[in-house]
Amino acid sequence: MSNPRYWRENPSRYNLIGRRCENCKGVFFPPREICPKCRRKSLGKMKAYKLTGKGKVYSFTIVHDPMPDFTLMKPYIMAMIEMEEGVRLTGQIVDCEPEKISIGMHVEATLRKLGQEGGSGIIRYGYKFRPV
Amino acid sequence: MRDVAIIGVGDTKFGELWEHSIRDIGMQAGLSAVIDANIAGEQIEALYIGNMAAGSLIDQEHLGALVSDYSGLSALHIPAVRIEAAGASGGMALREGYIAVASGMHDIVMVAGAEKMTDVTDEEIPTVQMAGGDQQWEGISGATMASLFAMMARRHMHEYGTTREHIASVPVKNHKNGAMNPNAQYQKGITMDTVLKSPMVADPLGVFDCAPISDGAAAVILAPLDIAKKYSEQPIKIVASAAATDTLALQHRESLTRIDSIKVASRKAFKTAGITPKEIDVAEVHDSYSIAEIISIEDLGFFEKGKGGPATLEGMTEINGVVSVNTSGGLKARGDPMGATGVAQAVEIARQLRGKGEKRQVDNAEYGLSLNMGGTGGTSVVHIYRRL
Repeated sequence: MSNPRYWRENPSRYNLIGRRCENCKGVFFPPREICPKCRRKSLGKMKAYKLTGKGKVYSFTIVHDPMPDFTLMKPYIMAMIEMEEGVRLTGQIVDCEPEKISIGMHVEATLRKLGQEGGSGIIRYGYKFRPV
Repeated sequence: MRDVAIIGVGDTKFGELWEHSIRDIGMQAGLSAVIDANIAGEQIEALYIGNMAAGSLIDQEHLGALVSDYSGLSALHIPAVRIEAAGASGGMALREGYIAVASGMHDIVMVAGAEKMTDVTDEEIPTVQMAGGDQQWEGISGATMASLFAMMARRHMHEYGTTREHIASVPVKNHKNGAMNPNAQYQKGITMDTVLKSPMVADPLGVFDCAPISDGAAAVILAPLDIAKKYSEQPIKIVASAAATDTLALQHRESLTRIDSIKVASRKAFKTAGITPKEIDVAEVHDSYSIAEIISIEDLGFFEKGKGGPATLEGMTEINGVVSVNTSGGLKARGDPMGATGVAQAVEIARQLRGKGEKRQVDNAEYGLSLNMGGTGGTSVVHIYRRL
């Protein structure tokens, strides 16, 4: 895969920058240019909006059979996090024993290495979550 | 719109077909459907191919021309196109064929689904499957398709008290059915204990909760109902075809315990057919992961939300239960060659409605339904069929 494919998403992935629809005040992550509720009325009104990074575990799983890029991490915790702003993000939970995790647990986003292109390729960074 | 019927069906055995290429299996399924329909190849006006991932699995795109060519139809120069909607590719191809015949654009068309998955190593498959989800915002974090369904399962357990045993009863039933299907990948029953003790894939789902890696192909021939009897003694009427989409990524859904694309597509299909879920005798649903069958039988309206697990454990979805679900063995036991699955579902329903279900025949089956799903429900395709 080419680097721009990941570079272009870096601002959002590093800083949790999504969009807020100025029409309905709905918050979205990742960024999207059209609000699914307001559609045409939202054109030009989807403004950058930074998430606080705080949220709660909505659901989770322990991955034992990953994609090749993630083999060295297994088993790892994959979770869906409901952020304070109401949007949900999919990400790993780190700095936590798998048996300690539960639905409703408070977590915060943290910048981590997500993976890299092949054996010596460029490193991809982004958000993971850790307990607070 | 004209009424449309299935006048011929064919399929290959599903499984690890090391000896056969996608050309072989596509041709074999197509040929058996043509023979079953009592038509000549030159009567086929168009070809619709359901295929999810030949580009990444075998570096081959352009399957329309490929299947047409190796089915011996190249000299006829018919239009042929490959349809992709992740795991729902086959069902979507069936719908495209249906629309072509219903609209009057074509009379006789072939719909085939084919996938060749064992030409890559097992390690590469999760990446290919995850292409049916959101690669940029789910996959990049390490989410696999199994992990997304595992998170749906955990929410279902949390919200409705669904148990691990409820979920495990799905593959137990489907293996029992697959044992009676000579074309199934796994023709062997399994016990609840086997499922519960199988190695974890994505907790709480283990190896036996996940559909296998499969090669296989299936095909149906469609014709306007008014000429169907000319070819087939037992044409099967397609009484409704409906499809719906939803957000690509699971994280954007309001709920993880229901799949709105299933609800919308099935509601439309039942309305068109003029029947209620109670009237369905036999259904093939998309058990790519065991929890998906539980959510599906709820969202299709067969059981109340939250009751899909207990209903399965109590045998209500076994052959001749309240509704016979996945008589073929489902994706779990019949196998899941992704693009072929939606067409294979139609083949099984047609066999059941013709009374050709052999040892797994549902008594006096009149109405059948198929639900083919892509990703975590980004696409759902529902067809309802009736015996004439």
